[in-house]
Amino acid sequence: MISLSVNGKKISVNDSPDTPLLWVLRDTLGMTGTKFGCGVALCGACTVHLDGKPVRSCSTPVSAAVGKKITTIEAMAANPVGKAVQAAWVKHDVPQCGYCQSGQIMSASALLAQNKKPSDADIDAAMSGNVCRCGTYNQIRAAIKDAAQSMTKGA
Amino acid sequence: MSAIINASRRGFLKTSALAGGGLLIGFTLPGAARLAHAASEFKPNAFIRIGSDNQVTVICGLSEMGQGVHTAIPMLIAEELDADWSKIKVVQAPVDQAFNNPAFGMQATGGSTSVRGHWEPMRKAGAAARAMLVAAAAGKWKADQADCRTEQGMVVHKSGKKLSYGQLADAAAKQPVPAEVKLKDPKDFRILGKAAKRLDTPPKVNGSAKFGLDVRLPGMLIAVMARPPVPGGKAVSVDDSKAKAIAGVRQVIQLPSGVAVLADGYWAAKQGRDALAVKWDDGANAALSSDGISKMLAEAAAKGGVLARSEGDASATAAKQIEAQYEAPYLAHACMEPMNATAWVKPNEIEVWAGTQSQGPAQGILGQVGGVAPGKVKINTMYLGGGFGRRFAPDFAIDATLLSKISGKPVKLVYTREDDTKAYFYRPASVTRFVGGLDASGKAVSFSARVASPSIMEGSHFMKIPADGVDTFAVEGIRDCPYSFPSLRVEYARQEPGVQVWFWRSVGHSQNIFFIESFVDEMAAAAGKDPYQFRRELLDKQPRYRGVLDLAAQKAGWAQPLPAGMHRGIAVGQSFGSYVAEVAEVSVGKDGKVKVHRVVGAVDCGMTVNTEIIKRQIESAIVFGLTAALYGKITFKDGKVEQSNFHDYPMLRIDEMPKVEVHIVASTEPPGGIGEPGLPPLAPAVSNAVFAATGKRVRKLPFDAAELKQA
Repeated sequence: MISLSVNGKKISVNDSPDTPLLWVLRDTLGMTGTKFGCGVALCGACTVHLDGKPVRSCSTPVSAAVGKKITTIEAMAANPVGKAVQAAWVKHDVPQCGYCQSGQIMSASALLAQNKKPSDADIDAAMSGNVCRCGTYNQIRAAIKDAAQSMTKGA
Repeated sequence: MSAIINASRRGFLKTSALAGGGLLIGFTLPGAARLAHAASEFKPNAFIRIGSDNQVTVICGLSEMGQGVHTAIPMLIAEELDADWSKIKVVQAPVDQAFNNPAFGMQATGGSTSVRGHWEPMRKAGAAARAMLVAAAAGKWKADQADCRTEQGMVVHKSGKKLSYGQLADAAAKQPVPAEVKLKDPKDFRILGKAAKRLDTPPKVNGSAKFGLDVRLPGMLIAVMARPPVPGGKAVSVDDSKAKAIAGVRQVIQLPSGVAVLADGYWAAKQGRDALAVKWDDGANAALSSDGISKMLAEAAAKGGVLARSEGDASATAAKQIEAQYEAPYLAHACMEPMNATAWVKPNEIEVWAGTQSQGPAQGILGQVGGVAPGKVKINTMYLGGGFGRRFAPDFAIDATLLSKISGKPVKLVYTREDDTKAYFYRPASVTRFVGGLDASGKAVSFSARVASPSIMEGSHFMKIPADGVDTFAVEGIRDCPYSFPSLRVEYARQEPGVQVWFWRSVGHSQNIFFIESFVDEMAAAAGKDPYQFRRELLDKQPRYRGVLDLAAQKAGWAQPLPAGMHRGIAVGQSFGSYVAEVAEVSVGKDGKVKVHRVVGAVDCGMTVNTEIIKRQIESAIVFGLTAALYGKITFKDGKVEQSNFHDYPMLRIDEMPKVEVHIVASTEPPGGIGEPGLPPLAPAVSNAVFAATGKRVRKLPFDAAELKQA
């Protein structure tokens, strides 16, 4: 058995230690908000936080998450930064097909948790690992800046 | 477009199953199943439910793949219903003839047809419900209907008394459905033509939106398949001993399309698939190569083919003649959600969950696959993690159904990204050879194009090339050339290298408008004329083309100088009933790398439904077109596809994203499509800017930095 902390809950799973965290979340735990896009950390759809840092769960063995806090899109509304990012995403109507957006929001939330006022270059650096085939990048950028501003105001 | 509209549902069923292994499909119309309804609801028709709580539920038969149809259809209904937009919700319809797309005659989403096909029917549905609510209120008040009006989900009497639609739901349900309804004059629209928020945003920001891949059923197995590495190949022998030794692997099943490993979860299934030892017979395509395909198409384009259009005197003499050959590659759709479907074949019924663009025909196909009547096939349309035409194909649903039937379990079939990239259904490769003539003053006098390309119509297995021998999709964008060339000739030479081709966002326009708009730019350069003015003069009989061309040029500041190193290109096109012009601002690095800084687009899509979604769809299509122009190519070597994942089939990323501005032409014309028309002008606008920057004409996509490198 592998013991994990997922969104603040202690959970035990029976998967083999080399199973990617993505499939433990999706298949074992039924948490399907985290998406499968490429399987090799090239698209960012599977992004979750490990101790607050964004990681690609498709390429992170579950064993590497032991002893760390795993946070997924399902818990973002309970996180002040995640909540601000989701509100900005709604305000800007960012998603089109929406499939990549869990990963986009996880990357954006990790960025804003570290950097309260990201520049365009900071946004490029933090978000260029997340592909959006619908091309919502300009709306993502605008929403990140909006979320940053709302957090500053709220603080 | 007309070809799509004329495609028969029967034809689709009969033949699209070929993609899944040569099944012949018998076909009966599905029973006109009624939606389950609660007693306290007003159900004027298949599309609208009004509850006593004032909630208005719109039932949408079209698939939401990002294009915004789950917002656009409710807007059409809400407008004529005079609904309170904040009380509208949308749910996905089951398969039922009531939800047939009028543009296709079957329940399916594609070809930028949703608003065009439903503009009137959905407004009529809303207007009929409104009339019944008014009649109900007038009855309660014993008042004249003419003294009642509607606003924001209320019927209001001239005396000032009001009843909400929820309060009227029971009484309205007893009213007869009106045979005729009067639609609003567009000048009175309150919802249409504005920017309502998307109804699907909230579930798409918190992980709760359910895509096909998110389906989970008790006892479900996950399948991952090994498919022939060469198109048309077959498994000769399978050693599955290593696969079966992997914990969690339950079963290995051979299908006509490949070998499937079924397991408790994706990871075991994928490991099992990777552990299969399959010996393949590569068949007739073993030597297929991109060089060979290019040569085949180029030779055919040089020779010419059947006549697609001929006007004027082809023998007219030109003082100056220019000739050029253009080429576009095969392209994969690369939807972010890899292809997948979940099927549960029970003794007398089948239930399927899938992100599909063609649930109507799929019902008949899957009934045949699973051995039940179409009426016994329930299809649950999930959100589509991208469609772009790819999810019109039935391959993933057919194989999931076969695997469930054979295993007796619910099965979710998942394509890995590599499977998805290599699964064919590509935008066809194409070569076009142009000859253009100019007179001594630089006026264009003649134009001819010879297109060589595979046929999507024949490849689709549900359409046929028409009697003139011309595949409509292969020549669209060139055959309908809008320029006033005194002499014009277009030919089509069908060539079939052996790869399954398919519809890809904007279909033939995706390459053909790149070809023609680049070549017209060449003609302008040869004539020594400004490329915008040269086009403008030749569009003297085309006010809508000219309208978008002028607007894009004006908003981009065409006549204004740009900073050093920046260059502009312009292009225009019509597709799916909408006109789009784009101006790209581009720089080319010394290393030959093309960077697009800004794109200014102008669109005339007739009357508008949602202005914000229109702008976003044009922007989305610009990104899709730019990704293809910069990176997109599927190539073959020794019969095998050379690309596999995003490292060798790259996508545009946020750090490469240009600024985009979209301007909408005010119009009273009928609505045009919007999911696709923004794509075709992008590549030529960028390429024409690259020419302005480097003097080099890109005639083969994608751009090749080595060729654009400055010495």
